[in-house]
Amino acid sequence: MSDQIPFVNYLALGDKPHLVANECTSCGARFFDRRNACASCSGTEFKDAAISTQGEVRTFTIVAFAAPGVDVPYISAIVDCDGTSVRANLVNVPADPDHVKVGMPVKLTTFPIGKDEEGVEAINFGFEPAA
Amino acid sequence: MGSEDVYILGIRMTKFGKHKELDTVDLATEATLAALKDGGVTMKDMNIIAAGNLMGGAMPIAQVIQKACGQTGIPAYNVSNACATGATALRVVCMSIKAGESDFGLAVGVEKLAGAGLLAGGARKKDGKSWERSGRYGAVASVDGRIGTDIMPGVFAQIGMEYGHKYGGANFELFAEISRKNHSHSTLNPLAAYTKEMTLEEIMGDIMIAYPNTRPMCSANCDGAAAAVLVSGTKLKTLSLEQQRRAVKVSASILTSDPYEEACQVLPNVNTLTRAAAKQAYEAAGVGPKDLDLVELHDCFATAELVHYDNLMLCEEGNAVDFFKSGATWRTGTTPVNVSGGLQSKGHPIAATGIANVWEVCHHLRGEAGPRQIEGAKVGLAHVIGLASACGVHILESNSA
Repeated sequence: MSDQIPFVNYLALGDKPHLVANECTSCGARFFDRRNACASCSGTEFKDAAISTQGEVRTFTIVAFAAPGVDVPYISAIVDCDGTSVRANLVNVPADPDHVKVGMPVKLTTFPIGKDEEGVEAINFGFEPAA
Repeated sequence: MGSEDVYILGIRMTKFGKHKELDTVDLATEATLAALKDGGVTMKDMNIIAAGNLMGGAMPIAQVIQKACGQTGIPAYNVSNACATGATALRVVCMSIKAGESDFGLAVGVEKLAGAGLLAGGARKKDGKSWERSGRYGAVASVDGRIGTDIMPGVFAQIGMEYGHKYGGANFELFAEISRKNHSHSTLNPLAAYTKEMTLEEIMGDIMIAYPNTRPMCSANCDGAAAAVLVSGTKLKTLSLEQQRRAVKVSASILTSDPYEEACQVLPNVNTLTRAAAKQAYEAAGVGPKDLDLVELHDCFATAELVHYDNLMLCEEGNAVDFFKSGATWRTGTTPVNVSGGLQSKGHPIAATGIANVWEVCHHLRGEAGPRQIEGAKVGLAHVIGLASACGVHILESNSA
């Protein structure tokens, strides 16, 4: 019975939601997309690597003007999760530069973005301030 | 290294801005004929054409230009390399001349972009009736705005913010001040799309696009074209003294792409390839950053200009903020940057940009820049970067000394 699905393939749900990268077995480079080969060493063998759910904001922007249909403002960030960089929104924090700082500690969180007509709920991830 | 030296014989850009009455062909033809006239040659002299136009779809712009103003049967290369498209066209012609295959060549970039809005992260489609995975991330719906941002003002905001945090000193006001410089420079450039002086308050108080980039801190979408006629050193010696005096030497023509490093597929790394291109260019030209009389660099956003001071080694590593604060990059400074007004005010008709930047440098090296002339300019650098990613660097030297 699965009435929830992850928004992207690299998000693992369950008791402890986390991100899963394709890790090159030759050089250890990590990727979140479907891979044919490694961009670092051209290797073709990959294994799953669980990504730390704790991270630090490496950089961010607050998007105030976006394409039609995209809710603004939102905070786009690159989060350093124990050496692996992740692109995500920052959530559960006011979208203003007084509340968001480069270097702030954050942790992964998940939330529903809506149901389809069959009642299946898609679950996305973001990062929120780690208290 | 190639055996032939390469020179720019003729080069022109159209006015950048809204050209309601002119289409892509009109603009490309205007720039092409003007560049040929500037060089004192005709289409019949050309041995190769390379041209780019990103927004025209599959249209082979090089052949379209030939059909508009001279079909001579020469090899035509249609190039596409994001915002580095114009520089890539130029480089293709340089390579052909260096290799001894061509005496003369033509490079053209043209774009109709006025009113185009955001160029990436298109309108979000309504989510499907049932979730279906698509794309390399297996997303069930559009990710832009849900998992970070696709839009360029946001991507380059993050690039600038990262630099600012790594080395300190960069804040909203500093980035706005960079934009103020370029808007101030633009008042002297009659070919710029926008030529209005702006105060810091006006820039910071304008519509926020992606913090810290407000609207005037973003490159201006506009229409425009630029074209260059290149010639081999051997051929140039057979031309008139006037043509030889006005010719500008291409001391370095470099193109790089981004090497792999951690995070580069999460946020484009514009630093690695720009630094590599700059290093190769300085080595090829036998000049250093201190020798540059002016620089046109790819200020697609105010946040980008700061990091490229460092990437082009105009300052010590990590020192871009102090370098800017010293006044070095104003037209009165030691290393004037973007005296054309830059992409933020001159405008950024994508495929034309990489040739228009070279035009600006040539204009000064020839001593023909009128009220905005950088006096005594002998050496200049033109830089462009396109995601994700291509970097073009050209070093140009006056031939009149």
